[in-house]
Formats: sequence, C-alpha cells, structure tokens
Amino acid sequence: MSQVASAGHHVDTGTVLLEASHVTMRFGGLTAVNDVSLVVHPGEIFGLIGPNGAGKTTFFNCLTGLYKPTSGEVRFAGELLPPQPRLVVRAGMARTFQNIRLFHNMTALENVMVGMYTRTKTNAIDAVFRLPRHRREEVESTERARELLAFVGLTASADMLSRNLPYGDQRRLEIARALATEPKLLLLDEPTAGMNPQETRQAEDLIFRIRDLGLAVLVIEHDMRFIFNLCDRVCCLVRGEVLVQGSGDVVQNDPRVIEAYIGSPAEELPSTKPATPEPGTEDGEGPADA
Amino acid sequence: MRVVIPDETKVRFRYPARAVGIAGAVAMIVSILLPWSYGSDALDDMTFYGAPSPLQLFFVILPVLALLLLAVPLVGKQRLGRWAKALAWNTSAKTASLAALGVVVVALAAIAIELGGLINVEPGGWVALVGAVLAVAATLFLPDSPEPTLDRLKSPRWLQITVIAVLMAVLLFTAAYALSLDDAGDFLVFAAFAVGIVLVLRQVGAFAWLGLAAANNNRVLVLSAFVVAFAFPFTQNGSDANMSIASQVLIFAATALGLNIVVGLVGLLDLGYIAFLGAGAFTAAVLSESAFATIDFHPPFIVTVLIAGTVASLLGLLIGAPTLRVSGDYLAIVTLAFGEIFRITMNNLDGSDGPNLTNGSSGIPGIPDLNLFGFDFGDPHVILGVDIGRFANYYWLMLVVIAMIIVVFMNLNYSRIGRGWVAIREDELAAEAMGVNTFALKLLAFAGGAFLAGVAGAVKAHHDVSVTPEQYVFLESAFLLAAVVLGGMGTVTGVLIGATILKLLPEKLRFFSDYRLLLFGLLMVFMMRFRPEGIIADERRQLEFHAEDEELATDVEEDLITHHAHFNPERKGFEL
Ligand SMILES: Nc1ncnc2c1ncn2[C@@H]1O[C@H](COP(=O)(O)OP(=O)(O)OP(=O)(O)O)[C@@H](O)[C@H]1O
Ligand SMILES: [Mg+2]
Repeated sequence: MSQVASAGHHVDTGTVLLEASHVTMRFGGLTAVNDVSLVVHPGEIFGLIGPNGAGKTTFFNCLTGLYKPTSGEVRFAGELLPPQPRLVVRAGMARTFQNIRLFHNMTALENVMVGMYTRTKTNAIDAVFRLPRHRREEVESTERARELLAFVGLTASADMLSRNLPYGDQRRLEIARALATEPKLLLLDEPTAGMNPQETRQAEDLIFRIRDLGLAVLVIEHDMRFIFNLCDRVCCLVRGEVLVQGSGDVVQNDPRVIEAYIGSPAEELPSTKPATPEPGTEDGEGPADA
Repeated sequence: MRVVIPDETKVRFRYPARAVGIAGAVAMIVSILLPWSYGSDALDDMTFYGAPSPLQLFFVILPVLALLLLAVPLVGKQRLGRWAKALAWNTSAKTASLAALGVVVVALAAIAIELGGLINVEPGGWVALVGAVLAVAATLFLPDSPEPTLDRLKSPRWLQITVIAVLMAVLLFTAAYALSLDDAGDFLVFAAFAVGIVLVLRQVGAFAWLGLAAANNNRVLVLSAFVVAFAFPFTQNGSDANMSIASQVLIFAATALGLNIVVGLVGLLDLGYIAFLGAGAFTAAVLSESAFATIDFHPPFIVTVLIAGTVASLLGLLIGAPTLRVSGDYLAIVTLAFGEIFRITMNNLDGSDGPNLTNGSSGIPGIPDLNLFGFDFGDPHVILGVDIGRFANYYWLMLVVIAMIIVVFMNLNYSRIGRGWVAIREDELAAEAMGVNTFALKLLAFAGGAFLAGVAGAVKAHHDVSVTPEQYVFLESAFLLAAVVLGGMGTVTGVLIGATILKLLPEKLRFFSDYRLLLFGLLMVFMMRFRPEGIIADERRQLEFHAEDEELATDVEEDLITHHAHFNPERKGFEL
C-alpha cells in the first residue's frame, strides 16, 4: 500500500472483493442476521445502515471470523473465508470495533505495531539472538507505524498510552491499527460514534483518503449524512434482513428506510440525529464484542 | 498506618513537633551507647556501654537519617540549593522514624523471646523505644511534604555510574552479611533495618532517581550486577553452608524467571511449573553416570542439558496444546493437575508395573558432580587465596544460566513476540482480530518457559546429588508463583528479589519452622493488599492493577517517553 493518494477514484465493478451469500446467523431462537447477500468491489465505499439491533455488528463478526455463520458463505477475493479471525486478517480484511478495543496500556505506536503482526516474520530465534531480520523488521515496522499514525493524524501522540488518548483519537488509532495489517478491505463499525461534527468531517476525509489508497471500505454508521456523503452503495438491514440495497440515492429515497427508522422506538429522524448511544454507555453488543 | 491530623494543627505545631522529633532521634542515637540487653546471648550481644554491636550500628543509621531530615531544613532550604527542594523532608523523616521504631520493636521482641521476658531489656533498649515513639509521634504532626522530585534534577553521568557501583557493592555486602547471620533474631532485626532503609530511600525519591540512572546506564548496571554476583563466593571464605543456600537461591531464581515468561509476560496462570524443573532434573539424572541411572546412555552434560530442556518443553507442548485454547481458569486447574500427575508418575515409574525409569519414591541418588569440558564441579580450588568449594562452582554455573535466561526473557519481551504477548494480556480477542496468532504465542511461551526450567532442572540434579519425586510437590510450584508475584510480574529484577526472599527467608527462619508457611501467607496477603504489582513493578502491569488511576497512567507515559523508548531497537534487549 502506497502513501501516495491516487487522483480521483475508480470502482472496479468488474471484480468482486468480498462476496457474502445468504449469510444467516442464529443465536438460539434469535435470528440476528437472516439471508444477507452483498458484494463489495475493490475501491468501493459500501455503507451498512439499519436501526439498533438490526444485526450489523453481528454481520461484521460473521465476515471477520469472530462468528461462524449458521449458514451461507463468505468469499474474499474468490477464496472461501478462512474460519479464524487472524487468517481473515492475513487474507486482507481488517476491522475496527464499535466499542473501541485498543490495547489500552500500550502506546499508540505499539498498538499500530501489533497490527503488523501478520505482515512481519521475526521468530523467537531471531528475537532472542537479535539477528538481522529482527533488527531490520523492528526498524521498518517502527517507521511504517509512524507513517500510519501520521496518515490518521496522530503523529504527536505516538508515544502516548492509548488509554490516555481523547475519544476521537482512539477511533482514529483503531483505524491506523487496522491499516497496519495491510488490508484490501477495511471494515469500520460506527467510526464516528461519539465524535463531534468537526471530528466527523475529519473521519469522512480520512475514509476518502483510505479509499484513495486503493482500499475498499465497508462502513456501519447511523449518521445518514455521513453515509450518503461517503458511500458508493448502501445496504439497509432491518431485523437481520436486507431491506434495500443500491446506490446512495436509491436507498436515501426509499420510503421503507425512513419508515424503518421512524418505526423503531424512541428514534428521531435519521438524517438529523445519529442513533448512536453515547460512548461508554452503549450496550446490546454481542459477547464477542462486549 | 494512617493517622489523620488536620492541616491547621500540623502547621500550628510544626516547630514543637520538629523539636520533639529531633529529641527522639537524639535519644535513639544515644541509646546505642547503652546496653539494650541483659544477657549476651540475645542478638549480637548488646550488653556493652559505649561499644555498640554491629546491629546497633546498622540501626543507628535510621535515627541519624531522621535527625538530618529534621534538622537540616532549619538551616533554610534556600541556602541548601536546588536539590533541597526536590526532597520530601518531612514525610521522609516520618518514614525514617517509623522504620527505626520497627527495628527497635523487632529487636526488643527478639531479646525478650531469646532470653525469656521483657525483663531482660536493659535501659538502652527502652531509651531507643521511647525515642522512636517520640520521633514517630512528632513527625506525624509535621506538615506533609510535596512529592519528591529528585528524578527531575539533572545529574552528571559519572555520578550516576558511581552511585550504581556503590549500590552494587552495598548489595554484595548486605547479601554476605545477611547470610552470615545464623540467629533468626539477628536476621529479622537486620531484615527490618534493610526494609526500613529501602522505604526511607523510596520516600526521599532516591529510587525514582536511581530508576532513571539505571535506565540511562543500562549496560553499566547489568555488568556491575553480574560482577557483584560473580564476586559473592569470595566473601564467603569457603563456607559451604552459605554457598549451598546461594546456589539453591539461583536455581530457584532461574526457574522463577522461566515461569515469569508464562505468568508475567503472557499472563497465563501455571500452577504446576515445578513439574518442568522436575522433568529436567529426572532427565539429567537418568542420563547421568550415577550407578542408579536407568538409561544406559550417558552423553556429555552439554547434550544432556539440551535433552532435558527438550523433554520439559515437549511436556509443555503436550499439556499446552489442548488447554491453551480455553480460558485462563481452566489452564490453572489443568496445570495444577499436571504437576501432581507428574509427581505421581515419577513415583510409579519404578518397574513394578511398566518400565523402571525413576526407581520410584527412592529416586535416583548418587548423581556425580558435573563435568564440563573436563572441569569437575566437585573439585574445590583456591582462587585469590579464597577457598572455592563445590557449591561455588554450581553457583557460578547458575549465574551463567541465569544470564542466558535474562537475555532470552528481555529479547523476547522487546520484540514482535513480546508485543503480541502484551496484546494477548490486554485483550486477547482484539489481538486475534488484529492477526496475532494468540494460540501459537501462548504455546511458545509455555514451551519456552518449560525449556528454561528443564535446563535449570538438569543443573539441579547434579547440584542436589539425588533426585526424588517428593522434591517436586505442589508447594514448590506455589512458591515459584509467589516469587514471581511478590517480586513483580514481568520484571527481571523483581523476580530475582522475590526468589531470593522466598528461598532465603525459610533458610534463615528455621527458628519459626512451624510458622513459616503462616508467615509466608501473611506476607502474600499483605502484598496483595498494599502492592499487588509486586516489589518492583512493571509499568504496564502496574497500570493493569490500577486501571482507574489516571495519574499513574500519565506518570507511566512520561516514563515511557523519557527513558524507555520501548521500540528503539538499539536501546532494549541484550546482544550475545
Ligand atoms: N452473541 C450473541 N448472542 C445472542 N444474541 C446476540 C449476540 N450478538 C448479537 N445478538 C443479538 O443480535 C441482534 C443484533 O445485534 P447487533 O449488535 O448485530 O446489532 P447492530 O445492528 O450492530 O446494532 P447497533 O446499531 O446497536 O450496534 C441484537 O438483538 C443482539 O441482542
Ligand atoms: Mg453494532
């Protein structure tokens, strides 16, 4: 992945990067994700929306190997998805978490370096004897991690413990850590939750820049303005099922989408208020994500 | 001890309090010129007028410190220069007084117990006690000083290095002296004094400064520590008794360091670690030249040691592979069971039912001394006019083994693998979701730790001359774990200290033999309550134990930035 942003952007609709077909996830009697199929192309920003409890995070967990779907299959770059999170990462898919899951007592730099784990090869022997590979990789990874921190705008915070970072910075650090795995597809679970409008705009800009690096982005958000600014295509999930899927305009103007949001209790119009719980007070996460 | 005295009271009484405190300190200083004890059998003979015993001389350091801390500020802090502002004068004086009181109480109690009643305490003892109580009471009325900032002062490099060297010499002396104290009372008084000094130095801010100096002069520190450790046998005049304890301490410490990889770095609870030491010892025993060895293959020790380590790590893989996928509590139970299974198996491999490998409960006696490159470890010799006995040889060998283990420990810790371990400890699921092969890393720690224990076990077999299953009981695993926890999980220095304390105390406190376990339990409870991160705290571990402490988090961050630079590959780890 190069740091140089390519001019403009180009969705390669001819090839398929991620293909989920008929993914269903049941927890006992509850069907959290029901027969969801979608396709993400390289270089595309794909939005996933839906009211609380629609199954968006659960779907992410199915994609990233944290859950094994009850039925259906997921292919990434043509290959059937490996069953373990770390193999998914190696295949080229990385994610962030709705409730930030950084390594709190590590510095920002260290967090990013952990993300490089799959892309580095130093083994115990190299490390114990401080062989050249260890030295070279340490220098390279440090440098690369600093670049990534600079890319998300955290240059000055490299040596801060991640727990001491402000909330918005923690979200950006999670993105940097995910980028460190050198993914082809980045999955963001509510990247602007808890951010103020200015930070949200920065996040928007960041996602565009990530796309310009040639990555595809699959993003869950409740902030409709954010979603429709950003995404090439959007899918709306309701009660685990795909309600509508298509270009931003199509989804935005679908009366059923508005209805789904208004219909859900205690929610205002989606375009004016993100239906995201405040940071720290959110619940309703699956155990693997809690 | 928390005595809450309102600040106004403290300000109002600060002059009288200081005067009384000084009087108390002076009383304590004078007391060592008087006899403390009626009989000469108690402690190290405190029956003389005007001729203090060694313990009394040690003790007096504390009141002298208290006196200085109380009296010097009267000169005016401005006149003392900038370092005066960096010290916590009042609180340090309080600590010094408390420490002095502690020593006096232990000493008087020892006199009373050893001679049969407080009646045997002579006026000097009482003067010291009254002085200490006065000093403590008075210093409680002094206003609290701000936190010491000694570490913020710039100090020249030569000063840092000199202090490190002096400190090492003091450590050597302390270790030699403590070992020479055969009487439990003497030992306890000295231990109380040593703990007291450490607390005072900490309160003054000396340790923060020292930490910085140590980080700046890492190599000097490590080198001088090894020189001192190497020199230790020369202080013993060929005394086998003490060298035997010292070499046992090192074997125990080496094993604890191996366990520290598993517990301290990865955060896995292993309650059967002693089995790996046992596996190494039995392997070395059955391959040794002992007449009772059961395998007719006697490779040179270099080969044996590798086989021993491999056998231990294979055992580690064997129980690690199925259990490391499940969560921590299961692992604790499985390893606990494994430790017992190992011991029982060794007991039963006596040929009555299956092969005879270990001669059952009688084990394998008569293991000859090690022979490395033609050097027989049983041969005593004279170096620089000092008798170097058999145990000193093993001591030096273990020193090399420990150096190796430290290199492995540090270099793994400061590498991609070490980062993976921290990530596993912090949030295993997130680590997995970021591509870290958590299972393989845990297995690596488990098998690697087992290998190191196996190596230590191979030396232990020859050191102990005989290997029996009953040397490897659960209690030993518990002690190993306690050494790691007490010393400070994830640190090298801490675990070395923890291992020394836990091995040395039982040797020196035979007097209390029946209560040793009780004392040990109390010590652990005390530590868990007041300092769960251990004597020497690994910064990250400390944060994990005090998750809510924002101030600590900021401090640690400053530390990381100023003198740790974790991933500067030039700074951390050791070259071979
Ligand atoms: N591990 C689990 N076990 C049982 N039920 C679960 C589990 N994970 C999720 N669920 C349920 O599945 C449903 C979908 O949850 P999910 O977290 O995927 O929703 P979401 O669309 O991400 O909502 P939000 O917008 O609030 O994040 C919820 O009803 C939730 O309670
Ligand atoms: Mg969610």
